[in-house]
Amino acid sequence: MWYFSDEHRMLQETVRQFSQTVLAPRIETLDEKEGFHREAFPKMGELGLLGITVPEADGGAGLDAVAATLTMEEMGAVDASTTLSYLAHTILCVNQISNNGSPEQKKKYLPKLISGEHIGGMGMSEPEAGSDALGMKTKAEKKGDHYILTGTKTWITNGPDGEVFYLYAKTGPGRKDVSTFLIEKGMAGFSAGKKFSKMGMRASPTSELILNDVKVAATQRVGEEGGSIKQMMRNLDLERITIAGISLGIARASIEYATKYATERKAFGKPIGAFQQIQERLAEASAWYEACRCLTYDAAAMWDRGLLTGKAASTMAAKAKLQSAQMATQVALDAIQILGGYGYTREFPVERYMRDAKLIEIGAGTNEIMRLVIARQLLGEAADA
Amino acid sequence: MSQHGADSSEVIQELRALTRKFVERELAPLVDADEREGRFRPEIIQGLGALGLTGIPMDPTYGGSGLGYQEYCAVIEEIARVNAGYAVSVAVTGLPQMILSNFGSNEQKEKYIPLLASGAAVGAFSLSEASSGSDAASLRTTAKREGDSYVIHGTKLWTTQGDSARVIVVMARTGEPGPKGISTFLIDREKEVAGFRLGKREHKMGLHTSHTMELVFDQCRIPASQRIGDEGNGFTIAMSALDSGRITIAATALGIASAALDLALSHARQREQFGQPIGAFQGIQFLLADRATELAAARLLVERAARLRDEGKPYSLEAAQAKLYATDMAMRVTTDAVQVLGGSGYTTEFPAERYMREAKVLQIVEGTNQIQRLVIGRALLGRLGEGSK
Repeated sequence: MWYFSDEHRMLQETVRQFSQTVLAPRIETLDEKEGFHREAFPKMGELGLLGITVPEADGGAGLDAVAATLTMEEMGAVDASTTLSYLAHTILCVNQISNNGSPEQKKKYLPKLISGEHIGGMGMSEPEAGSDALGMKTKAEKKGDHYILTGTKTWITNGPDGEVFYLYAKTGPGRKDVSTFLIEKGMAGFSAGKKFSKMGMRASPTSELILNDVKVAATQRVGEEGGSIKQMMRNLDLERITIAGISLGIARASIEYATKYATERKAFGKPIGAFQQIQERLAEASAWYEACRCLTYDAAAMWDRGLLTGKAASTMAAKAKLQSAQMATQVALDAIQILGGYGYTREFPVERYMRDAKLIEIGAGTNEIMRLVIARQLLGEAADA
Repeated sequence: MSQHGADSSEVIQELRALTRKFVERELAPLVDADEREGRFRPEIIQGLGALGLTGIPMDPTYGGSGLGYQEYCAVIEEIARVNAGYAVSVAVTGLPQMILSNFGSNEQKEKYIPLLASGAAVGAFSLSEASSGSDAASLRTTAKREGDSYVIHGTKLWTTQGDSARVIVVMARTGEPGPKGISTFLIDREKEVAGFRLGKREHKMGLHTSHTMELVFDQCRIPASQRIGDEGNGFTIAMSALDSGRITIAATALGIASAALDLALSHARQREQFGQPIGAFQGIQFLLADRATELAAARLLVERAARLRDEGKPYSLEAAQAKLYATDMAMRVTTDAVQVLGGSGYTTEFPAERYMREAKVLQIVEGTNQIQRLVIGRALLGRLGEGSK
């Protein structure tokens, strides 16, 4: 984008090279076997990617939302699965500890998360509370100097492999009585639950988190009791902007692959790119991608300049994610179509692009929830009348 | 269970019930594991054959059921509701039957149609090559006449069930470049065929119970009596097979879409968020309303093409329209079914994501949807539709 700083451009180059050399060689097998590229994390740590939004004083790179988003796009163009795990680690866990943790909590958790020795994740959704996040039922009951946590979280990216989870639970009977706890692997009564087998994003492990009377010291609570809603929602906005970056990466890779194919593949004596049906698909894809790119990086740049707060942030983030996610699925579907039979085989990456792209229409808030957020801002109280 | 707009004769209703009962009982329990492991079971085709479901439009003289394409489509749709791989396998086993019935000699008809119509043998149709997909008339595999034999040489691609098929109908070049130099041959794999071997099996996005094979012909000698129809008539035969095949692929799309819609509807009724079933939200309702309407419209297009074929009227345009619309519709319905199921729809615990992966291939096979538009455009515009050269 024209407003990228030199630092952004250098970062882009670094991530591009990292993705090509570290991620590209392994993603095909990891996707097939539902593996996890854990070894990539210490390498991201060395490049300063894991604490990308964390202030330098706390050991981070001190960069902004634009930097995080372009990292998602560059990595997402090669390996969306590992990028999704990177997002859960960096935006949902590390960024939240950095923003809301006490000095002690930061000192305890950030170093190993930022180096990549530990993998982080976040726990919000539950089997009966997906789109309706505040309907969560996981309870944290205060007992003297500790809490007892009980409940089941689901759709947890990095669930099976993570060491630290930034986890939301109810500390009261109301919808808004939400508090945050730092949960560690190995705590008695805490386990990862079943791992899901998925259509795409298969190299990003997803599982439940089961809390069976887990005793957690009160010092593990982040922020005030019952005071988590605001920071939870605000971080969802940042998640939505940055995950749109993954959609951009998938779409860009799809367009590049299909375009190259359309120049090389011949039918009826000419490259198939000479046919207007193919031209139309590529032209539409390219225009839609560019529009989403503007929307997403604008949201990130506005966020960085403090121009997006409260409902404006939620709406802009929802618009960026809604469009980018839908765009990427359609563009990847079209890439398969342009490659024809070859596109349907696993010898070419476009079918993986499509399987991965679909997730972003569901994760981090479904398209339906994005529309609801936008409609509420447009219609005010009338939207819920 | 609703058929989303199906309104049909008693025969069709009985056939649907018969097929559904069989696939629900014999196939449904196996689908998850077989899709994961890429296993095809010929006994399913034999079982369908024993019920008279693999030779629906064939003459009873040759062991067929003597019914039409409308009935055939209903059967294929019901199979596709459970597993698209078998619907495609049944459709593909139908292609050699259709080709033999229209263009074969009496000996060929008597020998092969009963085998295929009874489900005792699987059939395959081999046209595409690595550099000739949509542009089928540019195929390079050659068949040279040598006395009482032909020697076939070349490599074919995308042959559905090429590994398990006993009867493979293959197109090869016997003459000049272009469509007029192509002829049709029947490979009978009852015994080993010298010079013929299976190449790689494609590793695909979906449709894993249906194997997609490369076939390698290395100076493969077959008796001249295995040629179907006249020399040089192969392209005409292939195109007429594809016209029919398009109707059955469209029927497969109806089956997948109707299963996906039923799944999404049942989820919308049961899943509660914000204190009510998600089907109470217009965002979900209208999405389901649009997809159900498109499914009903697609069904009418498929029925029209099948009826015209049954009445012996021209149906190429209508078959292309049915294939284009029904497969695009199935892609939308299945993608939205994943969406309505949300995170659950993205997992392999529910079939929504499989439906979506299955739907995608239907936009590619039997002529990509780009080729369907070309067929429709030419039918509408005549020579003008051939476009600038």
